[in-house]
Amino acid sequence: MDAPILSVERLTVAYRLQGEWLEALHDVSLSVAAAQTYGIVGESGSGKSTLVQAVMGYLSANGAVRQGAITFEGEDWLHAPRRRREQLWGARLSMVPQDPLSALNPALTIGEQIAELVMRHTRASRRDAQARAVEMLKRVKLPDPEGIARRYPHQISGGQQQRALIAMALASPDLRLLVLDEPTTSLDVTTEAAILDLFAELQDNHRAATLFVTHNLGVVARMCQRVAVLYAGAVMEDAPTETLYGAALHPYTLLLLRAVPRIGDPTPLQAIAGRIPSLRQRPSGCVFAPRCPVALERCHAHKPPLERAADGHLVRCHRWREIAEGTLRLEDESAELKRREMGRAEIAFFDQLLSGEPNGAKATVMRAEHVRVRYGARGILGRLLGAKPPFRAVDDVSMRIPRGKTLGLVGESGSGKTTFARSLIGLIEIESGTAHLLEMPLRGTPRQRAKATLKAMQMIFQHPEESLNPYRTVGQTLRRPLMTLLGMKRAEADRAAADLLRAVNLPADYLSRFPGELSGGEKQRVAIARAFAAQPALILCDEPVSSLDVSVQAAILNLLAQLQAQYEVAYLFISHDLAVVGYLADYIAVIYRGQLVERGAAESFFTPPHHPYTEALLASIPLPDPKAKSRRIRLPDDQPSGAVPSGCRFHPRCPRYLGEICRAQEPPWQRDDQGRYYRCHIPPHELAELQKEDGA
Amino acid sequence: MRATAQPSTLKPIQTLRLNLARRGRLLRRLWRDAPLSVIGGVGVLFFLCMALIGPYLTPYDPIANSLRDRNQTPSWAHPFGTDNFGRDILSRIIHGGRNIFALTGTATLVAVGLGSVIGLYVGYLGGWLDQIVMRLIDALLALPALLLTLLLLGALGNSRFTVLVAIVILYVPIVTRVVRSVVLDVKTKAYIEAAEIGGESRFHILFREVLPAVLPTLAVEGALRFSYAIFLVASLGFLGLGVARPEPDWGLMVSEARDWYALSPHMLFFPSAAIVALVVCVNLMADGLRRLLEYSEVD
Amino acid sequence: MIAYIARRVLFFGLTLLLTSLIVFAAVRLLPGDVETAVLGRGAEPAARAALRQELGLDLPFFVQYANWLSRFLQGDWGNSYSIKAPIMPLVMERLGNSLRLASIAMLIAIPPAVLLGLLAGLNEGKPFDTAFSLISLVLVGIPEFVMGIILINVVALEWKLLLPSASVPPDASFGEALPRLILPSLTAAAVLLAYIGRLTRVGVIAELRRTYVRTAVLKGLRWRQVVFKHVLRNALLPTITVIAISIGWLISGLVVIENVFAYPGLGRLMVFAIQQRDLPLILGGVMISVTVFALANLIADLLYAALNPRIRLS
Repeated sequence: MDAPILSVERLTVAYRLQGEWLEALHDVSLSVAAAQTYGIVGESGSGKSTLVQAVMGYLSANGAVRQGAITFEGEDWLHAPRRRREQLWGARLSMVPQDPLSALNPALTIGEQIAELVMRHTRASRRDAQARAVEMLKRVKLPDPEGIARRYPHQISGGQQQRALIAMALASPDLRLLVLDEPTTSLDVTTEAAILDLFAELQDNHRAATLFVTHNLGVVARMCQRVAVLYAGAVMEDAPTETLYGAALHPYTLLLLRAVPRIGDPTPLQAIAGRIPSLRQRPSGCVFAPRCPVALERCHAHKPPLERAADGHLVRCHRWREIAEGTLRLEDESAELKRREMGRAEIAFFDQLLSGEPNGAKATVMRAEHVRVRYGARGILGRLLGAKPPFRAVDDVSMRIPRGKTLGLVGESGSGKTTFARSLIGLIEIESGTAHLLEMPLRGTPRQRAKATLKAMQMIFQHPEESLNPYRTVGQTLRRPLMTLLGMKRAEADRAAADLLRAVNLPADYLSRFPGELSGGEKQRVAIARAFAAQPALILCDEPVSSLDVSVQAAILNLLAQLQAQYEVAYLFISHDLAVVGYLADYIAVIYRGQLVERGAAESFFTPPHHPYTEALLASIPLPDPKAKSRRIRLPDDQPSGAVPSGCRFHPRCPRYLGEICRAQEPPWQRDDQGRYYRCHIPPHELAELQKEDGA
Repeated sequence: MRATAQPSTLKPIQTLRLNLARRGRLLRRLWRDAPLSVIGGVGVLFFLCMALIGPYLTPYDPIANSLRDRNQTPSWAHPFGTDNFGRDILSRIIHGGRNIFALTGTATLVAVGLGSVIGLYVGYLGGWLDQIVMRLIDALLALPALLLTLLLLGALGNSRFTVLVAIVILYVPIVTRVVRSVVLDVKTKAYIEAAEIGGESRFHILFREVLPAVLPTLAVEGALRFSYAIFLVASLGFLGLGVARPEPDWGLMVSEARDWYALSPHMLFFPSAAIVALVVCVNLMADGLRRLLEYSEVD
Repeated sequence: MIAYIARRVLFFGLTLLLTSLIVFAAVRLLPGDVETAVLGRGAEPAARAALRQELGLDLPFFVQYANWLSRFLQGDWGNSYSIKAPIMPLVMERLGNSLRLASIAMLIAIPPAVLLGLLAGLNEGKPFDTAFSLISLVLVGIPEFVMGIILINVVALEWKLLLPSASVPPDASFGEALPRLILPSLTAAAVLLAYIGRLTRVGVIAELRRTYVRTAVLKGLRWRQVVFKHVLRNALLPTITVIAISIGWLISGLVVIENVFAYPGLGRLMVFAIQQRDLPLILGGVMISVTVFALANLIADLLYAALNPRIRLS
């Protein structure tokens, strides 16, 4: 084997916070060879960003390497002087960051930002550097590279910004190491897939080593030859990708893999109890011991060493031998989640979008008919006063939800899925159409609505950080809906609040805590408790797990399922993640640019035919399985907030574009043999044929 | 569970203790990061104490002339010396400080209170009301501060009350604007929307849910306004406005001392130093408050 | 961009209109009647009524306002009661004097302010920054009149370097006027320097923490390039706004400075007019100050937009 490009040996990094040194990385070793893609996977708080900064040689001012060594191409990189680092940055090692918009200078054109790097590291003239920039933009498959080079960051879409940053990172011909720091995390799944394709393709063309840092187990499985699992600043396991996904030896890895929802797999998810320890609370023994279901006394007392379990397979666990021999099993003790069988009648209920159909109105919790929602103001005066141009976010959406069932609404950012939910609950005005909740009309702001209407529908919000008032204790937050909506007295409400906490598996002493003292998952539990306080008939769940770590996400999903079974509440479950929706929903609807494009029962949802957009979504999801073949249905990057296309809204990006008819006519709803509906000009059998050919 | 759940009796004390411990920690951290701002806060407290109890400690009448003691340099009897009418400068500074605290303190409190309520309402309600109020505020802010004050002194008469009204009119728009911008930020937060869909009254949302988030910013803004108000009142006093002649006023003292500079420079030095020291202390304190606000955001 | 300019200009007009209404109303509230001011104490009631009619004081408030506004826009600002002369030339001459003082102050203050603010921001937490922060804080805390008097007494009277009074004869050339202008400009510049310097520092520090700076550094650019090409460009944008706002501050500050140095500027005229209860003069003077201030803000907004591609290209 060649000498590694990058080698990190027993690296320990600490931050100085308020006079104390706190270790963010402990004894981390890894080495990346030329042309190798090495994955670092970790949840929040795992220390992966610190590792990226240390590798780049750009730790924040209060951070310092306390121990260990970093060698880059045989050179002591850790102690390289600033001048030397400036020579290598951008030339031999470069980085693609997480959030493309903030990583680009808003005041310089894209072309200029790439050209300045070229001019710094080569003797190229300005003109040559600019030509090189355009060439690089072309390499990353941007349409109209000359045009993009002249534009400013805010004028292009997120996917295009990320491509530009990749072009920048690859602009040097001498590149040896490419560090990818969560490069697709802020992108939609279809855009992510296209960017990952690009990485895969570019990898074949350069021989640089790649360090791919991410929290996404699917992305790692697809992209990397080797993976290190990072937890609370330490490497838990380090193995070739297939070994790691097929024969992991560390309890954390095993549990993590069981916590990811997979498409079409109804096996209950296994949550990991507890939370990742903060920098201050790192355990003295094995860092995972407090959450480990098979931890022994010595696990709490002594840090396990990183041991070689097999050739190229390293694991940091006292009990890996028992796991390898099969004598130690991680029993699945999480709440048994039964998939409820859906009867034909129930599916038919969902299918009938509009009322006046035979199915009893009694079972209906919510029905929405032809709902339209518009943002922005019309008229010159509004524009002059600074309002944005009008934009219809939801355009003619109808649906029905029966008691105790879940409708999953799937769409990417800007699809109108959240706007639709917000319009139901009155946070934004319904422009036209009607919506009813238990036969009560949903109209006006929450203030204008009757108590009974408010009581019957509640919402769980996306960001746990924002859904609880940081200045009010959990108890104060929980007792409000009990007092306002249920009319309880203060003392009664306080008792009921304690019961609510218990229902979401939190101890009663959390009542006196402030949200700042809670972890993300705990905050979301409190938010769920608040939503259940008034015993609603319908809860709108707006991406309730999307900002949580995988291990926490599973627990929240299971909690939602368990509470639904207990209280017979219906969910409108909104998510960008088809796997998550597939896990929880009874019925799934896909929304694109304000319109539903496909809907059907969850059980049979993941077989073709699909609307081409759904097909692309399914093909884009990175599966947490290195053996899975990725299907190559890719969408071109969406333009930043363009006008609504004529005919079928999807036609400008559609991989199955037919021609004039798609551009001119709005497609009708079509129904396939299994009773699924989709909105496309291609008939079901043809579509199924096409999609089978592509191995869907 | 029901038997043990008695949070309403235990909680306030626990919360208070928690808060106090936290405050103590934050203050220690502030002392380490920016000791000057702690000193500034102590300085403001010192001035405040002098304003409150100082007048009972001074043996001299701040306005009684004593021609025998004219233009004395600092001594044990008169630590800051005397002026051209033989009045004890220290006594005059202490009484002047009391006046300035009473006037600017009241004005700042009224302006911050009014501005907060207006800012909370227009920021939260938005729409046309917001547009109208904001345009009105733009118009008021387009008037240079001192000119507006002069105008009001002309219109309502040359009195301390007019100065108070002027400061309130000057600062209400500024405070409104600051509060409104925080409200605009806070009101899109999910916890406010959760309160809305929980059927909470507007009063509850504004004063229980939104206001706590505004308070830290308000504290910083209030301290800044206070320092500007001191500045303004001193400037007016210097121009001979808003005060009646024998009254001890720091600005007026500086103005009167100009002609006596050659003979008794201490007449100029002490009141000038008092103004500068107080303003600098208040500014340092505002800086400290801003830092504390950042700490709590980071935590 | 066009919509943005249109919006700014519209707001500018609206602001001026509202301000003029506020000022007009405030002046109408002034106690003491115009008749006494013009005709003297012993005037006949009939003469008083005639004058009221002549001046339009018997008309409803908004009619009076409309009349005044249309005349004002046509350049007919009326005669001053106390000086018995047309107001517009007088106000304009004094405005010119004030602007001369203000521009010298800004010329003295802005370049070092931006430079020092930049250096302090780049060296956050280091001794230079600490010293800068402390000195600027004290400078901001010194009222103009204290600063002015110190300068007069020390520089002019003790060191005998410059003249203590800034009363310039109206026909003096710029060269003759300059020595008299230095002390008052320095006084104004001192506070201005601290103020703009502090805000530049804050802007630079905020900009340095942005992610794009890391991108620029990790391209291998030299620190100098990162600072001058990337940071400064964005950090100075808000400074432009700050400079415009400080013009407004100057107009207030100059009232005091002009009085300390007996300088014949607009601020001094205003204090005089208010003491004399000279309504037309007050109106004219305040309106012109407001216009200058609003205009500076408008220019700052447009300049900001022109330099900021996010607004320019939206």
